[in-house]
Amino acid sequence: MKYALLIYKAGSSRDLLSSEAMKQAGDALEAKIRALPNVSGVVRLRGIEAATTVRVDEGRTLLTDGPFVDSKEFLGGLFLLDVANLDEATAIAARLQEHDPSGLAIEVRPVVE
Amino acid sequence: MLEDVFRNEWGRVLAALVGLLGDIELAEEAAQDAFATAAERWPRDGSPDNPTAWLIATARNRAIDRIRRERNLAAKTEQLRWAMVNTSEETMDETTTFPDERLELIFTCCHPALALDARVALTLRTLGGLSTEEIARGFLVPFETMSKRLTRAKHKIRDAGIPFAVPPDHLLPERLEAVLAVVYLIFNEGWSSGRVDLATEAIRLGRALTELMPDESETLALLALMLLNDSRRAARFRDGELVLLDDQDRSLWNEQQIGEARVLLQRALALQGGGPYVVQAAIADLHLEEPRDWHEIALLYGVLGRLTGSPVVELNRAIAIAETDGPEAALDVLDQLALDDYRYVHSTRADLLRRLGRNADARLAYARALELTQTDPERRFLEGRLSELRPSSPTDWDDFWTYTLNELKESLERDSRGNE
Repeated sequence: MKYALLIYKAGSSRDLLSSEAMKQAGDALEAKIRALPNVSGVVRLRGIEAATTVRVDEGRTLLTDGPFVDSKEFLGGLFLLDVANLDEATAIAARLQEHDPSGLAIEVRPVVE
Repeated sequence: MLEDVFRNEWGRVLAALVGLLGDIELAEEAAQDAFATAAERWPRDGSPDNPTAWLIATARNRAIDRIRRERNLAAKTEQLRWAMVNTSEETMDETTTFPDERLELIFTCCHPALALDARVALTLRTLGGLSTEEIARGFLVPFETMSKRLTRAKHKIRDAGIPFAVPPDHLLPERLEAVLAVVYLIFNEGWSSGRVDLATEAIRLGRALTELMPDESETLALLALMLLNDSRRAARFRDGELVLLDDQDRSLWNEQQIGEARVLLQRALALQGGGPYVVQAAIADLHLEEPRDWHEIALLYGVLGRLTGSPVVELNRAIAIAETDGPEAALDVLDQLALDDYRYVHSTRADLLRRLGRNADARLAYARALELTQTDPERRFLEGRLSELRPSSPTDWDDFWTYTLNELKESLERDSRGNE
């Protein structure tokens, strides 16, 4: 089955880490993801301060500065994973978080095929 | 009669069908078809030699027919692919051998990616063979709510790719714990509410598990624990009022069940089992002895406390200490506990104070316990204590049982929060 693994980061732990440490943690995570078999579409996102949300209301386009969902956690990146079942996907999601100081949570979502 | 056969066969048949068809919903429909056919034919033509295989084969063939008929429907193509990969084109009959896949099914139904209440309901539906209606009644929720809960769980299993398999060795201990917790919750739900059916169901599930995993000490011990507590069912209530263990009419205890439980516990101990269910079963067993060995009980609560880190266990150790070292020593232990919302802390404290002759303090503690009480028999019981301050047994194993339920439920709900 194909799963999208959505990597969320907690805003609070982001504040605790220096931006350099954040970047290093992100690089290390990306390297780990790229080293996995059966991975595709690895995407790393810039921070929510760079986000713009687009809505169309009665033909009028409305742009809002910031993410659609404003919360303490934000989506930091995602990738696609092709494995046999949910247990394999969650095991990988757990392994990726070992020794990661940035306070991650990974949401595992099956992809419509 | 036929109904009994059906209840006993349901789990086996459904599990085999999930294995063959790869989808719980489809398997359930097919099983229902086959059972309906059996209900019609068996009384007329006689039961087949191998009822389980007959039911599985009939259900499987029906399901394949149904999928073929609906071949053009996009939703069914995936299921057809599954069914065809897993079963040959040939028609199966009652001479075909089907492996017992109930273990795979229970691990699927108790998967931690499902919400706790869904795991409980699904296990009762699939392994226990209870109808949605019966489960709804058991948990006092509307039929619609239970039906939705079950459907959502079945869809999550299918859509999220929750495996239909016994977990690999490195996952097995924690997954087994999750399975046992579900069975234990079902038992406790029946126990604390006095709704007998759920306790009986849990024991049936426990028996199935010991059959499927005869060498798991915790599985054996859980069944022993349930049997020991259930053996006192008839003695626990008198005219709708709760009767404490020491006041129970021992002639009403089910000696045969106690004997069976003791054999199970011995087997668990022979397997070098030292997990929380083994310790709890050993404690439950000690509580049935007369006189009770409070030193041993206090010791085992100490062991259990270290295994679980539970303040509720510590409360019960305090109760045992009251017996060996006196109420004063027990109050010292109680004072260390951060459990102000548990009514049993207050009823225990009240009892200890009463025994020390501090009646005014005791009344305050009973009043606080009453404030926190949720069920009517308990309320009447505490009111009786409050009005009389009557001397009686200081403790009750039954109480522990109820605390543990609340605690387990809360911890599991914490764990599975976010699944909703």
